[in-house]
Amino acid sequence: MHADITLTVDGRRHQLRVDTRTTLLDALREDLGVTAPKKGCDHGQCGSCTVLLNGRRVVTCLVLAVAGDGAEVVTAAGLAEGGDLHPMQEAFMDHDAFQCGYCTPGQICSAVGMLDEAAAGWPSAATPPRASAEGAVAELDDTEIRERMSGNLCRCGAYAGIVSAIGDAARRTHAAAASGIPRPAREGGRR
Amino acid sequence: MTPGPAPTAPAAPPPSAPGSAPPAGERAAEPAGGGVGDSPPRPDGTLKVTGEFAYSSDLWAENMLWGMTLRSPHPHARIVRVDTAPALRLPGVHAVLTHEDVPGEPRYGLEVRDQPVLAAETVRYRGEPVAVVAADHPETARRALERIVVDYEVLEPVCDARRAAFDPDCPLVHPPGSVPLRPEHNPRGNVLRHQPIRTGDLARGRTVADLRERADVVVTGSYEVGMQDQACLGPESGLAVPAEDGGVDLYVATQWLHADQRQIAPCLGLPPELVRVTLAGVGGAFGAREDLSMQVHACLLALRTGRPVKIVYNREESFYGHVHRHPAHLRFEHGAAADGRLLYAALEIVLDGGAYASTTPAVVGVAASLGLGPYEIPHAAVDAYGVYTTNPPCGAMRGFGAVQACFGYESQMDRLAEALDMDPVEVRLRNAVGRGSVLPTGQRIDAPLPMAEMLERARALPMPPPPEAAPGRVDPLALPGGAGGAGVGASVVRGVGYGVGLKNLCFSEGFDDHSTARVRLEVVGGVPVALVHTAAAEVGQGLVTLQEQIARTELGVRRVALHPADTSVGSAGSSSASRQSHMTGGAVKAACEAVRARVVALARARGLLAGEGGGAVGGADGGVRLAADCLVPPGGAAPVPLAEVLGDAVVEETREFRHRPTSPLDPVTGQGSSHAQLGMCVHRAVVDVDVELGLVRVVALDAVQEVGRALHPRQLVGQIHGGATQGLGLALMEEVQVADGVIRNPSFTDYLIPTVLDVPPMRVEVLEHADPQAPYGLRGAGEPPTLSATPAVVAAVRAATGRPLTRVPLRPEDIALP
Ligand code: FES
Ligand code: FES
Repeated sequence: MHADITLTVDGRRHQLRVDTRTTLLDALREDLGVTAPKKGCDHGQCGSCTVLLNGRRVVTCLVLAVAGDGAEVVTAAGLAEGGDLHPMQEAFMDHDAFQCGYCTPGQICSAVGMLDEAAAGWPSAATPPRASAEGAVAELDDTEIRERMSGNLCRCGAYAGIVSAIGDAARRTHAAAASGIPRPAREGGRR
Repeated sequence: MTPGPAPTAPAAPPPSAPGSAPPAGERAAEPAGGGVGDSPPRPDGTLKVTGEFAYSSDLWAENMLWGMTLRSPHPHARIVRVDTAPALRLPGVHAVLTHEDVPGEPRYGLEVRDQPVLAAETVRYRGEPVAVVAADHPETARRALERIVVDYEVLEPVCDARRAAFDPDCPLVHPPGSVPLRPEHNPRGNVLRHQPIRTGDLARGRTVADLRERADVVVTGSYEVGMQDQACLGPESGLAVPAEDGGVDLYVATQWLHADQRQIAPCLGLPPELVRVTLAGVGGAFGAREDLSMQVHACLLALRTGRPVKIVYNREESFYGHVHRHPAHLRFEHGAAADGRLLYAALEIVLDGGAYASTTPAVVGVAASLGLGPYEIPHAAVDAYGVYTTNPPCGAMRGFGAVQACFGYESQMDRLAEALDMDPVEVRLRNAVGRGSVLPTGQRIDAPLPMAEMLERARALPMPPPPEAAPGRVDPLALPGGAGGAGVGASVVRGVGYGVGLKNLCFSEGFDDHSTARVRLEVVGGVPVALVHTAAAEVGQGLVTLQEQIARTELGVRRVALHPADTSVGSAGSSSASRQSHMTGGAVKAACEAVRARVVALARARGLLAGEGGGAVGGADGGVRLAADCLVPPGGAAPVPLAEVLGDAVVEETREFRHRPTSPLDPVTGQGSSHAQLGMCVHRAVVDVDVELGLVRVVALDAVQEVGRALHPRQLVGQIHGGATQGLGLALMEEVQVADGVIRNPSFTDYLIPTVLDVPPMRVEVLEHADPQAPYGLRGAGEPPTLSATPAVVAAVRAATGRPLTRVPLRPEDIALP
């Protein structure tokens, strides 16, 4: 069975006909040629295919394309607006938060979505119980970042850079937008 | 772009360290902005963070077909009949090929030509390719595979490596004489290489029993290392495009373009120049891409259909589609005097090579020659075996035979310390090698190797706070097993352990190891630009950054461009054995020096430089320097812009670089200076173990590594982190579980690799005692930490539990106290 759907990807609107069994990841990569999300496992285990779907981070290999009908998708490519890197992308460069880079577009989308979740007060398993109850994330320290990023594998083992890059980006975003994102505990997340 | 935080700064060599001075002239080059020793951004970084870097799985071509592979469901079987007709009748299917369609050599192999392009009479491992299809859509291709009929007659599998090695009644995986094994490797039965080493009295007719009597203390152990997977996140993939000249252009993620070309072309029945291979983006390698996977298949299908063909493995297929780290069975015996000085060692190392040779002979050579590790032992008997079984083929993975040996000898050092009631660091210090020490192969260590200093530094690193004082102690997240671990703090015990790893760097045993670089300097848009062209594979290690740094330093230019890596330039060798900084770095440096000499000559010829002075390559060219896009004459004369010196001239030079020759190992005595260079890393692991649940939390995994010279300090630390992370994975969680030849866990749900939660903060101290044999004094850095991390973590768990822990990865049932 096929279905006609509409997807807005990185600001561009696409209409396409898909087999209803097609994942969002395959629709993006194979039908639309959008290859920023990577396929590492196709089973929701690695996080390489993470994008922002209506602003929330999702692994696109576990979403059917038809379920994304009408949705807005932002990939790592779409985060860089008008050629300027997103602060998270700059931080990944500055902290050498990757080697082969295959996990990187997913890590970056996941990190951007994660900062929004934290800013909205979503607790994680690392959030102290009291703070959770109050709907506030006390501080986005390395422990919080690690806990919230544990769905994104990096086989090259660039985790140290990833954690410090995200802490740095959180601080930069905070400084730039005063958006209520909590300050990291340590300068730039360095240890 | 603001510079990132500096990683732990490389420690300056202490003034007293012997041989710590850089080779004369090597530091004459200017560390220009972004040059050698700096940490500039990766040239491919922007594309990688935006997702626009084209990996091999991202490629696309007009009119492209999808290739897919039919694989054997049996580990060992005779193929009775293959019927492809039902698959060919499916609309959208353009080709179905079997071994009968291979026009050239039916087999390939990195060291031994024993692996069929497509299985003919026999399949020897579960997952072996039997047929390939090309179709207009992946789904069509998948359905076509289902329609291929193959009748098998199942044969007895050969699953036990020790039986394959030692039981004369074990069935043979390959009929005698059917594969071209080398006599100097002592092949026999299923053994494709046996490498003995005999030294001291054990080379003079005395027996281990004799030595046992002379030792005050003897420790023995049987150890096992499970099969580890490289688990590159980017799957095996590539695109083959048929060319008008009858050849093919292949874009593929690989570690060694020319080895691919050398193996593919004969199978296609084409001369190598008609098989042009270009590197596509590589999503991790770690050894998994040193062998061929889909390369020949995609080319065959493209040539048959006349259309571009893309093949991308899925994750499960990837577990079957590349070689793994050899599982190892180790039986080690060490004897020592009461003061801890080692007297003798007797080692038996059996490595399961699986169905095809891949790099097993070389892995055996490394395991044998480094089997004693970094310890001075006067009498040694080593027997290392690589065997054929019907398990999945094994070959290169980061550490290459040295990882398995290291788990054995480091476990033995801890046993010895325990037997002598001595500190584990002290035992290692008593027997530590250094410059001037002799390996069991007779090779003298002639470069600085400050093992004692490294151990002392590792021991002196600050400790993480003890568990009692750690904040959030009652928080289950701080316990082994995390929030889901259900542990209670009372059963958590802290342990500390050390591991030292000694790794050969670059190719060994007489291999003609070389790399080639072509460097062109010309004026583009008014500024001098260096173009660097090599066939070296960037796999994430950051070699592209180093190439640019070297060109900036040697040519004094700000702008460097990199030509895509392909086979239109000479071989760069493999991106493995921690060799590319050394080898391709050396080639780029040599080509730049040749270009520089010509630029100086050009300046003289054009009257821009007075005098006849030197011009010696590698030195300061008679006092002339190239810096900041200028030629700087000696004696304070005004710099001349390179753009003016060059004018319309294009200066291009190609150079090959070789490390010093190495020797094969004697097939009887194991003697021979087989290694070009050695690297070492020391790890100290601190773990918390829930001794009731058998769960481990690594609290710290800190390293001291000798690197000769840090060309790019930030990337270097990343390599050490990455290597340690894979070593931690082998210690605690990573194992391809093979039962009766079948992989039971071919997914990331069941094959676990470390997540960001499993990896602790990792402090890194880098020592720079230059190796006078190497460009800039450097040593490759990617592999040594993979060796030392595993035994350090296991030693820490042993210290916490007192359990013997003779097998990696550790399982909770091995750890939990009964
Ligand atoms: S590809 Fe989607 S999580 Fe791995
Ligand atoms: S950078 Fe290679 S997988 Fe993360």
